[in-house]
Amino acid sequence: MITFDDVVKVYPGGGTAVDHVSLELPTGKTTVFVGPSGCGKTTSLRMINRMISPTSGRVLIDGQDVAGQDEALLRRGIGYVIQHAGLFPHRTVLDNVATVPVLLGKTRREARAAALELLERVGLAPEFAKRYPAQLSGGQQQRVGVARALAADPPVMLMDEPFSAVDPVVREQLHREFLRLQQDLGKTIAMVTHDIDEAIKLGDVVVIFRQGGVVAQVGTPQELLADPADEFVAEFVGRDRGLRSLSFDTAAELPVLPVPAELVLDEAGRPVGWRTGADDVRPTGGTFTSADTLRLVADLAILSPVGIAVRVDGDGKADGITPHHDLADYLAARRG
Amino acid sequence: MINYLQNNSDAVLTALRQHIWLALLPVVLGFLIALPIGYLGVRFPWLYHPLVNVAGVLYSIPSLALFVFLPVVLGTKILSPLNIVVALTIYTVALLARTVADGLRSVDHLITESATAMGYRRFRRLIDVELPVALPVILAGLRVATVSNISLVSVGALIGVGGLGQLFTRGFQLFYLEPILVGVILSVLLAGVADLIIVIIQRAVTPWTRFQGGRA
Repeated sequence: MITFDDVVKVYPGGGTAVDHVSLELPTGKTTVFVGPSGCGKTTSLRMINRMISPTSGRVLIDGQDVAGQDEALLRRGIGYVIQHAGLFPHRTVLDNVATVPVLLGKTRREARAAALELLERVGLAPEFAKRYPAQLSGGQQQRVGVARALAADPPVMLMDEPFSAVDPVVREQLHREFLRLQQDLGKTIAMVTHDIDEAIKLGDVVVIFRQGGVVAQVGTPQELLADPADEFVAEFVGRDRGLRSLSFDTAAELPVLPVPAELVLDEAGRPVGWRTGADDVRPTGGTFTSADTLRLVADLAILSPVGIAVRVDGDGKADGITPHHDLADYLAARRG
Repeated sequence: MINYLQNNSDAVLTALRQHIWLALLPVVLGFLIALPIGYLGVRFPWLYHPLVNVAGVLYSIPSLALFVFLPVVLGTKILSPLNIVVALTIYTVALLARTVADGLRSVDHLITESATAMGYRRFRRLIDVELPVALPVILAGLRVATVSNISLVSVGALIGVGGLGQLFTRGFQLFYLEPILVGVILSVLLAGVADLIIVIIQRAVTPWTRFQGGRA
């Protein structure tokens, strides 16, 4: 567990970056610091590995004040992923990943062998090992950055806007891999982002900072969306938080109606479109399975030419439909 | 010219050998002195501008003046090769201290920052990360210093020590073109070869630079 105990950071020449912050970042979970620029989120993150020292207050890892620890040794025990990856341009991918184990006294050979396994773990083929960072795409560099942070198997990882420098498609992919990796590894992660959607997607706990380094609200993504503490948080999580809160539940318990005759199927029973006239068949606009989120169902119901989302089974055969008013009734009943 | 070379091969070779020594020893010494000085200019940012200014002034002293002035300061004989070595070392330091400082300053702060966050201590970070990343800039400066030294050595001939430069003075004294031609050709060749060797070393020790440019 990482604990912020009444932490203040005032920069010389005025300006309070972090203003009496007390927080607990649970072990084995991802805690995301999010807020507008200049809200103290990055400063807070950097106080964990002593890149910045607090003016007053303490930061503790598992009850131990970081201020009393040797800086370099402390940092070798904390994984760090930086925006744009910050890879060493003069080292191959493999040697970049081997950095911290070598600092910890492992032989280069041992460190490289372990690094090779890690590359695979973050989704990079072994042929990337001998390349230099300049030969990689932004997304690939970021994967190497994550592998490098994981190399010494630290219990704590700090991630400073790790996915902000890549395009949306790659970011989506990196998000999925991050979630899969974190499910396997269960690291205690502190992450900084300015993107509330990313925070909600990746965080087990989200800490929303406001200008002046004040914590506006701490909670699970569901809590923040369902019950924002004030106007600032409500504004920050966005006006469409109702729709977004549907991302946390699957359609497993959503009731469906039998497939009607108006839904045109192909020979395999897969939906083709809605018959809206004698010769008029319009595409369904997509389908969902019971494992998909309610958000997708809502989206499909809105996009559908007839206001009805179509459910399919594992083989893609249509096995039920949900009209938008049924979805609305279900959500209303769920809210109690 | 071939005749001249055949008849004076010993003298020409001796001059060439002396030229190489007089030019390259200062490069090595100057480089070793410039490294810590350049580093200090980065470690303590307030030192950078004084460093650049002093280096600029030193480099602008005419070489002949320095060759004549140094024996007074060092107490060496006017004909001592040490004067040339010290003078060229001063020029090399003036050139390279700034290059080293600029090279280190050119290292992206994200790189040094991530090195610090990985747990590098200051000195090891300098040796393992900052210097290697700054190496292309530093080696470019080393090429300039080497070529400049090779040409400056000849000036030393005017005070009696000067490797291939002695061939020029001899040629002028005898109104004889051959030694001058041989001297010019050999010192240009020497500069070319020395430059090429540094380029080859640069390619060998910074293989990663070949891939830069596509992506920042």
